Amino acid sequence: MAHAVETCVHCGFCLATCPTYKVLGEEMDSPRGRIILMKEVLEGAMPTADALPYVDRCLGCMACVTACPSGVEYGHLLTPFRAMAERERSRPPINRAARTLVKETLPYPDRFRLAFQGGRVGRWLRGALPGELGAMLDMLPDALPSAEPLPEVYPAQGPPRARVALLAGCVQQVLAPQINWTTLRVLARNGVETIIPRGQGCCGSLSLHIGEAGQARELARKNLAAFPDDVDAIITNAAGCGSGMHEYGLLFAGEPDRAVAEAFSHRVRDITLFLDELGLIAPPALPAPLTVAYHDACHLAHAQRITAPPRRLLAMIPNLTIVEVPEGELCCGSAGTYNLEQPELARQIGERKARNIISVAPQAVVTGNIGCMNQIKVHLEMLEQPLPIWHTVEVLDLAYTGA
Amino acid sequence: MSTQELMAELARRIPAERLLQRPAQLAPYESDALTAFRSRPLAVVLAETQEDVIQTVRLCHRYSVPFVARGSGTSLSGGSLPVPDGILIALNKLNRILRIDIDTRVAVVEPGVVNLDVSRAVAAQGLYYAPDPSSQLICTIGGNVAFNSGGAHCLKYGMTANHVLGIKAVLPDGEVVQLGGNSLESVGPDLTGFFVGSEGLFGIALEITLRLLPKPERYRTVLAAYSSLAAAGNAVAQVVASGLLPGAMEIMDALAIEAAEAAVHAGYPRDAAALLIVELEGEEIQVEAEFAHLLQVIESSGPDEVRVAVDDADRARIWKGRKSAFSAVGRLSPDYIVQDGVVPRSRLGEALATIERLSRKHELRVANVFHAGDGNLHPLILYDGRVAGELERAEVLAGEIIAMCIELGGSITGEHGVGMEKRQHMPAMFAETDLEVMATLRRGLDPAELANRGKMFPGSEAPALHSRGPHPLEQQGIISRE
Ligand SMILES: Cc1cc2nc3c(=O)[nH]c(=O)nc-3n(C[C@H](O)[C@H](O)[C@H](O)COP(=O)(O)OP(=O)(O)OC[C@H]3O[C@@H](n4cnc5c(N)ncnc54)[C@H](O)[C@@H]3O)c2cc1C
Ligand code: SF4
Ligand code: SF4
Repeated sequence: MAHAVETCVHCGFCLATCPTYKVLGEEMDSPRGRIILMKEVLEGAMPTADALPYVDRCLGCMACVTACPSGVEYGHLLTPFRAMAERERSRPPINRAARTLVKETLPYPDRFRLAFQGGRVGRWLRGALPGELGAMLDMLPDALPSAEPLPEVYPAQGPPRARVALLAGCVQQVLAPQINWTTLRVLARNGVETIIPRGQGCCGSLSLHIGEAGQARELARKNLAAFPDDVDAIITNAAGCGSGMHEYGLLFAGEPDRAVAEAFSHRVRDITLFLDELGLIAPPALPAPLTVAYHDACHLAHAQRITAPPRRLLAMIPNLTIVEVPEGELCCGSAGTYNLEQPELARQIGERKARNIISVAPQAVVTGNIGCMNQIKVHLEMLEQPLPIWHTVEVLDLAYTGA
Repeated sequence: MSTQELMAELARRIPAERLLQRPAQLAPYESDALTAFRSRPLAVVLAETQEDVIQTVRLCHRYSVPFVARGSGTSLSGGSLPVPDGILIALNKLNRILRIDIDTRVAVVEPGVVNLDVSRAVAAQGLYYAPDPSSQLICTIGGNVAFNSGGAHCLKYGMTANHVLGIKAVLPDGEVVQLGGNSLESVGPDLTGFFVGSEGLFGIALEITLRLLPKPERYRTVLAAYSSLAAAGNAVAQVVASGLLPGAMEIMDALAIEAAEAAVHAGYPRDAAALLIVELEGEEIQVEAEFAHLLQVIESSGPDEVRVAVDDADRARIWKGRKSAFSAVGRLSPDYIVQDGVVPRSRLGEALATIERLSRKHELRVANVFHAGDGNLHPLILYDGRVAGELERAEVLAGEIIAMCIELGGSITGEHGVGMEKRQHMPAMFAETDLEVMATLRRGLDPAELANRGKMFPGSEAPALHSRGPHPLEQQGIISRE
């Protein structure tokens, strides 16, 4: 922690990529400002409660880490700081209720599906509910897509090139089950056999994000046990899960099974990185020209430093043009539970992203994270300019199936 | 008390969320990029309109309370360091581009507009704003004006002053004036030039009229690695002697190369003692002709390796490395001082040798990354604030480097300004009468010295230098460094 404070030379290079600084324009809501505030608290010069409003507004998007020439590991300061603050914090009851709901439902697909039914009922009460619970209800779609349960093994097509295991994810599995299915199809098409280990669960990053490290480790251990060793990679197709799993080493610091967790995290690959390294089998041309905007999900671009592979994959599709979004390094404002905890700021950041996307007039938006997909969809709709939003694998699948 | 009355008046005019007063709101403003100096202001006004600024300045004047303008706080000399019990006027939200005229190649901007955003706004029309401080992705035009900032490409095109046509400003007494106009030619004294470089002492710029240039048609970027700093310095002299006028000529030494490589993987030759970056730019035919000539000159300067940027992405990486170098040095050392001094180009080699000697004498590492074409040195003095006495030694070393610059016939600052840091060197650079004339001018505009009080002129109280020592939690053994 001290190391992160010290390597910050206060140069301000990170300000330009920090969404909260862009929107609010105040130093307290900038990376270097937050570093100062956390430092003051750690040094005992400031009560935690004074600094918290500004630290709470941080999206954890890690754009500042990508931007920082000095190599400040902002995340290594933020995560432990949040965990420490969580212990000290007294939350108002409603706020606590919302967090409990998040903590106890989102990581568990079955519970989430149930809660969703409750949510629909709850929407009748929308007017009577305080902001935070209301914001949660607003996020829920009108109906859940239904989908076949995933098989245990999905065979490769053609000569086998690799064998992988898929993390099915939690929220995404319920809200957008087609992403897993297209992932399986695209992998198969590239000669990859996929197993979907039973007994796996949520990656734990949602819990970690809200400062519940204990629960996060519990969830992670389930996965350590469920995934086999004899696969070429553990595939994630939700950037948030991928980056969470890359942090297992940090999450298990000081735990007896740290080495196992770290080894596990080294085998985790985002689907786009895996396909790029494997060598994508060239897809046929799309039936008609299509222009898409590629949005860098923070958990892919900043947390995993994956920006080129998805673009290279998409560029292999004949008839597809990729346009870059202005201020592309800015987060869309979805950031895990941020929508729930900072609804107003998330709205402003989301709207900015939507306007930037509209400015380059694409026919669709492509990205690698379910959270971004939802957030961007909602904000394009609010500006009355809806566009199809696809996961990168959905576009690849589209090209292969010639749809 | 006048400050209480001032705060009451400010509270009436500025909405509470833009009048920052709580400790957690002030702490992040307590320094600029020179963190050795820190002090907390009475309050921060986050200005959103020119009227906010004018009103705040007028109130400060009425109650005789000092104020400091702040853009993005990237000053390396303590220029935007708050004055204790004064008001800090933050201008980063006053950031509209008011007018762009493509035909006359002019842009009118508010002071909080970020340098790079000007170029971005006119890129589609084939224009750009030439001055390119390394901090251009975040520093503001207001800050650039105050410091007459330069950048790698100012070798060919001149510093900020050469690109500012007019300024609307509020003077320290609250009067609003318009200096200059829409072109470089004007009748009477060059008041715009008078304001540029005034380090926030002559009031606050509210609107700045900038000159735009057409984007060069062609770039050729050459990297040459040398086995010594002196050899790289001599190569610069040879390029200058050859009659070529490159857009930029920059040198980085081994430490700077190491840091920049770690930060951005620019693809620099890693084992070089010194790296020279030379860039030609302009019309295709001319650049190609000059390029052949440049390669000959470079070859004859005895480089270990020569590399030419293969495409735009490669060129961008090379510059990103150079522009990240200051911050990247944060990877090598917990603390450092960025020094900024000028020596005549012909004496570069000599100056670099002296710096090396001083570095050994004080047993502190010095990284060098600088605008070689201008003779503008930027030695970065690496120290560890936790070790007793290192900061003081670093300060002495920094002072000796500046003394050397003056002795060689150069200057105490090339572009980072005098600010708080270099005040004590002013008497070595200027005669007493020079300083007196400057002070008279200043008092003519600001008798009470309200605008950026305590900066630039020697003598006034300085806040105590800030040295951290071990982290308190570290002392208690709760945390440790890896
Ligand atoms: C990593 C790094 C690299 C840098 N590289 C360069 C470089 O290559 N070349 C260079 O020249 N500088 C460089 N700098 C220094 C700095 O970025 C420049 O001095 C820049 O112009 C400061 O802009 P700012 O917006 O941050 O101003 P601030 O630091 O906020 O303010 C600087 C000064 O300007 C005054 N000021 C601000 N706005 C106004 C206004 N509207 N009217 C009047 N006065 C005002 C302030 O009072 C202060 O004295 C670098 C700094 C860093 C941290
Ligand atoms: S870019 Fe890095 S070193 Fe610079 S202010 Fe931001 S966190 Fe600190
Ligand atoms: S993580 Fe994102 S929101 Fe938080 S300080 Fe860094 S850039 Fe800003």
